[in-house]
Amino acid sequence: MRAFVIAVFAFLYLPIVLVVLFSFNAGHHASEFTGFSVQWYGKALSNPFLVEALKNSLFIATTSALLAAVFGTAAALGLARVGARTRAVFDGLLGAAIVVPGVVIGISTLVALVQLFAVVNPFLASIWPNDQPPRLSLGYGSIIAAHGLFSMALVTMIVGTRLGSLDRNLVEASSDLYATPLTTFRSIVLPQIMPAVVAGFLLAFTFSFDDFIIAFFVAGAQTTLPIYVFASIRRGVTPEINAIATIVLVASVLLVVLAQWQLRQRKPSN
Amino acid sequence: MHGNRFRHNILTALLLAPATAWLVVFLVLPFVAIAVFSVGERAPEGGYQAAFTLAQYANLPARATAFWNTMVLAPVGALACLLVAYPVAYYLALKAPPRWRLILLALVVIPFWTSLLMRTYAWMYILGGRGIPALLAFVGIEDVRLINTPGAVLLGIVYGYLPLMILPIYVSLERLDRRLLEASADLGAKPLSTFLGVTLKLSLPGVMTGFSLVMILLLGEYLIPTLLGGGKVFFIGNALVDLFLQSRNWPFGSAIAITLVLVSVVVLVVANRISNRVAGARRVDLI
Repeated sequence: MRAFVIAVFAFLYLPIVLVVLFSFNAGHHASEFTGFSVQWYGKALSNPFLVEALKNSLFIATTSALLAAVFGTAAALGLARVGARTRAVFDGLLGAAIVVPGVVIGISTLVALVQLFAVVNPFLASIWPNDQPPRLSLGYGSIIAAHGLFSMALVTMIVGTRLGSLDRNLVEASSDLYATPLTTFRSIVLPQIMPAVVAGFLLAFTFSFDDFIIAFFVAGAQTTLPIYVFASIRRGVTPEINAIATIVLVASVLLVVLAQWQLRQRKPSN
Repeated sequence: MHGNRFRHNILTALLLAPATAWLVVFLVLPFVAIAVFSVGERAPEGGYQAAFTLAQYANLPARATAFWNTMVLAPVGALACLLVAYPVAYYLALKAPPRWRLILLALVVIPFWTSLLMRTYAWMYILGGRGIPALLAFVGIEDVRLINTPGAVLLGIVYGYLPLMILPIYVSLERLDRRLLEASADLGAKPLSTFLGVTLKLSLPGVMTGFSLVMILLLGEYLIPTLLGGGKVFFIGNALVDLFLQSRNWPFGSAIAITLVLVSVVVLVVANRISNRVAGARRVDLI
């Protein structure tokens, strides 16, 4: 049994190790290892299309994760104050946002936004005072919104779980001591849920940064890093892609480890 | 007191407002939109033309291959994942030395949160012409084709979704009351019958959660069949990308998407039923 478990962990990690190893290959071809070099990293980072895609991904992931952290935390706090029926409706919708396949989220958002723009754009044009009315189109906004849907549901669930295990005695003691609700929130509730909020933000960032399929549908003319990498993989496998993959893998691993560490911080004792 | 109650309600509404707006605009409305599209017609230039017809649904057999591949490889893939995941989860929950448990668990979680695209790319690299086939040619076995086969897709599936299968099974095994295992052994049950009658039975809710999650994500999978199946092993996800981004037959694509969601709901409901029945039987057994 132990041997089997070791084999499974090797199976999980060997492919990743190989990708990282071959990103340092001096040779031109992905075929054999001809020596150590970091030339592919230099090449990747001096590719303007790639850098542009990387910047887009960072911007989209940061924005959608921030919105998700704020709105998701607000929703979790709100849900702690409503009746069972309202809560069940929200839980259903949040569960759907997490479980519905990304490909369906991507398609339905695309269809809905295109229809919406078809109505809004002529309307904007008709009321605009000059000849250059703003034209809504797919791009940053639609990717952020679609990523934010999943991320917000995720944050709401993580923060909600933490709120559920909050020490009620502290909250009651605080109000017994005539603290205003705002003071109680700031000094008792917020410090206890903060690790969950930060972990939610980091996981939301990682999700958005790694997502391919949703962005593929709603990106319009924009490119994100996964879309760029997908397109280059289809053109052919080169060590340059290994270099990008290594950077992305290292960044994701750091963020996930940070998120897990945050979730274990200040766990209420029970 | 009335003023307080009113303030309480206003604050609750304000807290829930952004999330509600987001869920309505980017989840409910889009879903309504594809439901409406799925009973419409394709406009001559592509896109959508208003109509009320079930013609798109009647046309589903036109993509029978994609449905067939998905409906076979999703359950088979989920089952293969389960067979590999169960012993790992069992070891982590019941056998691993405590100081190793958290580290090993973290090693399971990390791949789950790292890019599926990058991890699938790794297998393209390994199974591709210059990977394992080149090694085999070196020892005299020529012309082995690994990539762009259903087997490669299955391997990619197990690799991609293994962590998601291990976690819920681990959780259900970790919560298991160990005294039951001792009681079973004390009453003279053989290890195998203790495993089948106690351990496996009590972990079935975790198994069903993992199985249905993996199965549902696989139903919508696009990257793995595209990169490791190389256009030879089509999934429903591939059909959807084609219909929405290339041939622009949105009503037909919407009908397929709605069907996909319905199949997912059926999978979830059936898994829930099985879980509940087992949990119910468990309660009766233990009293």
